[in-house]
Amino acid sequence: MRLSRFPTSDYAFKLVAAALAASALVILLLMGYTLLSSSIPVLKRFGLYFFTGTKWNSAAGKEIYGALPYMLGTLVTSAIALIIGVPISLGIAIFLSEMSPRGIRIPVSNLVELLAAVPSVIYGLWGFFVFRFFIADYIETPLSTYFGWIPIFSGPPIGVDVLTAGCILAIMIIPTVSSVSREVISAVPNSVREGAYSIGATRWEVTRNWVLGYARSGLFGAVILGLGRAVGETIAVSMVIGNTIGPSALPTSLLKPGQTMSSLILNLFFEATPGTQEFSAILGVGLFLMVLAFSINIIARLMVTRVLKVKGGAIE
Amino acid sequence: MDRYAVRRFKNRLFTFLGAACVIIAVIPLGSILLDVVVKGAPALSWKFLTSSSLPSPTSPGGIGPAIQGTLIMVGLTSLIGIPIGVMSGIYLAEYGDNRYASAMRFFSDVLTEFPTIIAGITVYLIFVLVFGYSPLAGALALSFILIPIVSRTTEESIKLVPNSIREGSSALGIRKWRATVSIVLRAARSGLITGSLLAVARVAGETAPLLFTAFGNTYYLHGLNGPTGSLTMYIFTDWKQPYSGYQQAAWGAALVLILIVLAINVAVRLASRERRMGRR
Repeated sequence: MRLSRFPTSDYAFKLVAAALAASALVILLLMGYTLLSSSIPVLKRFGLYFFTGTKWNSAAGKEIYGALPYMLGTLVTSAIALIIGVPISLGIAIFLSEMSPRGIRIPVSNLVELLAAVPSVIYGLWGFFVFRFFIADYIETPLSTYFGWIPIFSGPPIGVDVLTAGCILAIMIIPTVSSVSREVISAVPNSVREGAYSIGATRWEVTRNWVLGYARSGLFGAVILGLGRAVGETIAVSMVIGNTIGPSALPTSLLKPGQTMSSLILNLFFEATPGTQEFSAILGVGLFLMVLAFSINIIARLMVTRVLKVKGGAIE
Repeated sequence: MDRYAVRRFKNRLFTFLGAACVIIAVIPLGSILLDVVVKGAPALSWKFLTSSSLPSPTSPGGIGPAIQGTLIMVGLTSLIGIPIGVMSGIYLAEYGDNRYASAMRFFSDVLTEFPTIIAGITVYLIFVLVFGYSPLAGALALSFILIPIVSRTTEESIKLVPNSIREGSSALGIRKWRATVSIVLRAARSGLITGSLLAVARVAGETAPLLFTAFGNTYYLHGLNGPTGSLTMYIFTDWKQPYSGYQQAAWGAALVLILIVLAINVAVRLASRERRMGRR
């Protein structure tokens, strides 16, 4: 009699736990549904122009919304972040998992990961009051003096622009990319290294020719994860990018102010009244940002888990 | 022999370049910490930490309401998010050997790296439009960020509990859920605590989701509704004022925030290192 009750409470517990395990999916669906349903008006009215247009005007009667400059702004700042951040992150990961003395590995990687603990509003504050001047004086001034005739380096070297935003993002993605890369590299089975050492390769040759090749798809995943972080970052970017609106937000030069999708949402959200076309347009940008982040993260996760799974396999 | 020298040189060169990458990454960290301390410390005083006076062009007011708001919202977030995250993690670890669980694990991972501004917009649309700005709305948005992190760290630390403990408890006839809650969770306690603390430190530093849900407030909150301030929003509204008093207030708030966040991070890392050493 009593015994038969045991499985029931177990079953109930399992059911509750299973339901709560779906919370991430529920949250994602909620995000997708609310953003999609509230951006439908603007997508219906402007259709393709919303993705290809550059004008943004909320004056009654002249309403027109094109999100192209902000999509490109996100693309360009994230690309700068990857170009600068990825080599540094991979260097850190390789150094800490293959080349460095064993004793310093954990403390140094903890130090690098502290970069991820710094709140993004503090990155923005530091970026605007400190880092901006470093970029303006030592990088942008020479660029604009010697290469100012090239369109992408034209503009005043004041440091509130696309380049500074990209550099801040580069710093912010370093802890993500380097720690995932380190994990991926350490999942490479030791037999690979031993085989390479036994034919007389140096540490660097083992890393370069065997380990990195083996971890390649996982490292690519780590880079994509960094891209995901760069795409979604809002506060720090909005504090250093200059926040322009309309055709002038097109990122035509690294030294001009711009705007990303997330900083646009932040800047315009409180000026728009819920229910208006402009509000819908802002949420349309949010929807696009969400779709982008979703695809990026799915690709990254698939690539990283594929490599990490090998560790649990028969090779080790 | 000559070729060998070249190869050895290459090996040294790349070791050096790797070390250089570490240094390049650590310089911004050092610079941030230094600037926050140097520029924030002059603002610090008992009055700055407790009063709700506004900054003036010459003096930083007080961040009492911001500290209060951060504490309330982080507390509420923990109350909502940690139980859900832990239960979800229990499922993934203890019953997670099926396709449903691997799909849910995957979505948790995806949500962990999601743009946090989207959590803010979503809560604005489903909650704030109906009930208005409140610390609860802020906590809801922060829970969206906290739950997947807690879920994954719970799963990882439960998986480290040796099976003999589960076998022992079922040999004693303890029901599985009871054994999970009072024996397995207890064994995984330290991992759970460090994981939750790190997640809490992460959400304490969030700004974007709170702007859409708690909005910000420079007065003390009485009760649990109405716009609420936070340290992060305080920094975000004060930094762009051209007066030194406002900027000093922003740096002072940044110092308090970074002290809280880094203290949690450093303590957790030191504690887990000691545990690793102790086990050997």
